Amino acid sequence: MLLAHSVILSSAATVPSTFAGVADALTVLVLLSEFAMLHAQLSRSQIRLYAFQSLVVTALAVYVAAERHIPGLYAIAGITLVLKVVVIPAIVLTLLRDARVELVASHRLGVATMVLIAIAVSVFGIFTAGSITVQSRSLPSGALGLAIAAVLVSFLLIVLRSDVVSQAVGFFSLENAVSLTSLVVAAGLPLIVEVAFFFDLLVAVVVFGVLMRVHHSHHDTLSTRQLDRLRG
Amino acid sequence: MGWDLVVILVVPGVVGVACWWLPPRVGRPLSIASGLLTFVLALLLVPARTPSALHGWLRADSLSVVFVVAVGFLYLATMVFAVGYLHPSGGPTHQARYLRRAFAGLNVFCWAMAVAPLVSSLALLWVAIEITTVVSALLVAIDDTDGATEAAWKYVLIASMGLGISLLATIVVYYAGAVTIGHDYDLFYPTLLAAASRFPPQVVRLAFVLAVLGFGTKVGLVPVHTWLPDAHSEAPTPVSALLSGALLAVSFYAVLRYFQVAVRTLGPTFPRDVLLAFGLASLGLAALYLASQRDLKRLLAYSSIEHMGILAIGMSFAAPIAVVGVLLQVLAHAAAKGTAFFGAGSVVRKYGTKDMRHIRGGIGALPWSGPMLVLAVLALSGMPPFGIFRSEFLIVEGGLSDPHDAVVAVLVVLVVLAFLGLSWFSTKTMQTPTPKSVVRGETSKWIVGSMVIGVVALTVLGVHPPGQLSDLLTRAAAELRAPR
Repeated sequence: MLLAHSVILSSAATVPSTFAGVADALTVLVLLSEFAMLHAQLSRSQIRLYAFQSLVVTALAVYVAAERHIPGLYAIAGITLVLKVVVIPAIVLTLLRDARVELVASHRLGVATMVLIAIAVSVFGIFTAGSITVQSRSLPSGALGLAIAAVLVSFLLIVLRSDVVSQAVGFFSLENAVSLTSLVVAAGLPLIVEVAFFFDLLVAVVVFGVLMRVHHSHHDTLSTRQLDRLRG
Repeated sequence: MGWDLVVILVVPGVVGVACWWLPPRVGRPLSIASGLLTFVLALLLVPARTPSALHGWLRADSLSVVFVVAVGFLYLATMVFAVGYLHPSGGPTHQARYLRRAFAGLNVFCWAMAVAPLVSSLALLWVAIEITTVVSALLVAIDDTDGATEAAWKYVLIASMGLGISLLATIVVYYAGAVTIGHDYDLFYPTLLAAASRFPPQVVRLAFVLAVLGFGTKVGLVPVHTWLPDAHSEAPTPVSALLSGALLAVSFYAVLRYFQVAVRTLGPTFPRDVLLAFGLASLGLAALYLASQRDLKRLLAYSSIEHMGILAIGMSFAAPIAVVGVLLQVLAHAAAKGTAFFGAGSVVRKYGTKDMRHIRGGIGALPWSGPMLVLAVLALSGMPPFGIFRSEFLIVEGGLSDPHDAVVAVLVVLVVLAFLGLSWFSTKTMQTPTPKSVVRGETSKWIVGSMVIGVVALTVLGVHPPGQLSDLLTRAAAELRAPR
């Protein structure tokens, strides 16, 4: 009873602003879609989840732009929408259609184990970031920790799934999580720098696409399990 | 003012794009000319001045110049080597289309590496290093063998994860700056370093560790080095030389930029301890793996990890002379590793294999490149009179001058272990009788020429580095020190 009382008191002491609330909610959505990608069976649904995740990031960019009066961010939101919600998923889906692969059995562990590990990793990320964050008006309470959790789960996606699509989508969503951090923490980042980041991402996606195609043409599968020749 | 920086920003990139369309007989001399131009411009930057261009977006302080010189040198030497190595006589795959792509890729790769030290903002530095990743990943895959495909996939995936982490580091540093300076700034080094002493320490600590881990992936620091031996051994040899001699160094440059910020905010202890931990792990693991390699190019790759470990350990010593040693090592390693890979390319061309169990009598079979390969390998293991002997000597001297005796002892033991691994290779494969089946003679004059360039540079750095170069290294070391 006493405990509940003190919790209510302490939460009343730091009422989150609307901005922090919306930012935290959208960040949680990004983290959840990361979890969904981790256990999705079909490569196609992973890509759709990635498109959804990008849409959430776009929404957050628009919201931050409106709330903080940073017009440059509308441009960023526009580019995110075009590139990450439409173009990149379309490229990877085309690739999949050409590869004529529906389902790649790529789970290294059972779904339940993977999700448990992902939860443990997220908790680690949230608490680590929480312990080192300095208090600041511009930083919503939990967003940095949640974004770092999303980064860590995207690593799991790369590590625990053994097919090229999961691993590429893992990298793309890693980049989403980092963009999210930049929106929350560094919204004023100069436009030219943001545009350079996007350009780089696009080039990286093209390279991933080329290498996925090359991989498929050599091994006739999207699985990465035969990639074990080079060692030592 | 600063036109030379703009030329470096423009010319190699344009030459790279042009090589995509031009026939190889035009692309080859054009590439060499571009390499020569870049190297000469880099040398002209050596005297003390800090040019900047394009409203401060390009800027070359002494630290930048050290790395531009290393890249410029290897750009030139590699292009000379590539003319001999990437030649229709090199095999059925080396046809016009392949050669056009290879030269285009090599030029763009060198362009990105030369520009990375010249951009004046942490954010653009990240962008440039990401470009080096994507271009070099395609170059690793260019041979289109199973091994190359596997190595390229591992490389692009692991390096991209590392760069994701370092992008996070960039953003965290921006946040640290925004708290202090205000939101409207461009992450330019002068602004950043002037304000760094007022940054929130916890945030900078996070950023520094993220940066070492993230960029360290591309430096090849253990335990995030796993892509490196695969990519170095499966890539075409000119690409291996650039990866090892230039790319690792440029990534280390990025770590040093974060080191500059961290030293100002946190004081020297924490950043040095982080680098010491990664450095010891890298040197230790590489020294052990060097002894058990059978693949010639993998052997050289592990030697790169060893040297990157030595660089990190050198940065952890407080004495300025150790930092001078580290920067000299960057230059000497570029020359030595370039030469060694060129030699390896010559051997692979001659024997048709990278497997050291099938390579015998290298010195007899290759009258020029054989002995020079042995010299390069001796230089890599720290023998006088070459540059790496001098730089490692400076590092050890710096370590002994402040109380770091235990670390220095470990350093020396591990370097000796690495020396044994490397010299075992050279005795076994090079200094044995040549089998009768192997025809004596060089495969290409260009390959020999590129190795001569490297050996000359190594000797100059070891016997008597030019005065202006020594001044440059001293100034750059001073830039890396924490202001009192």
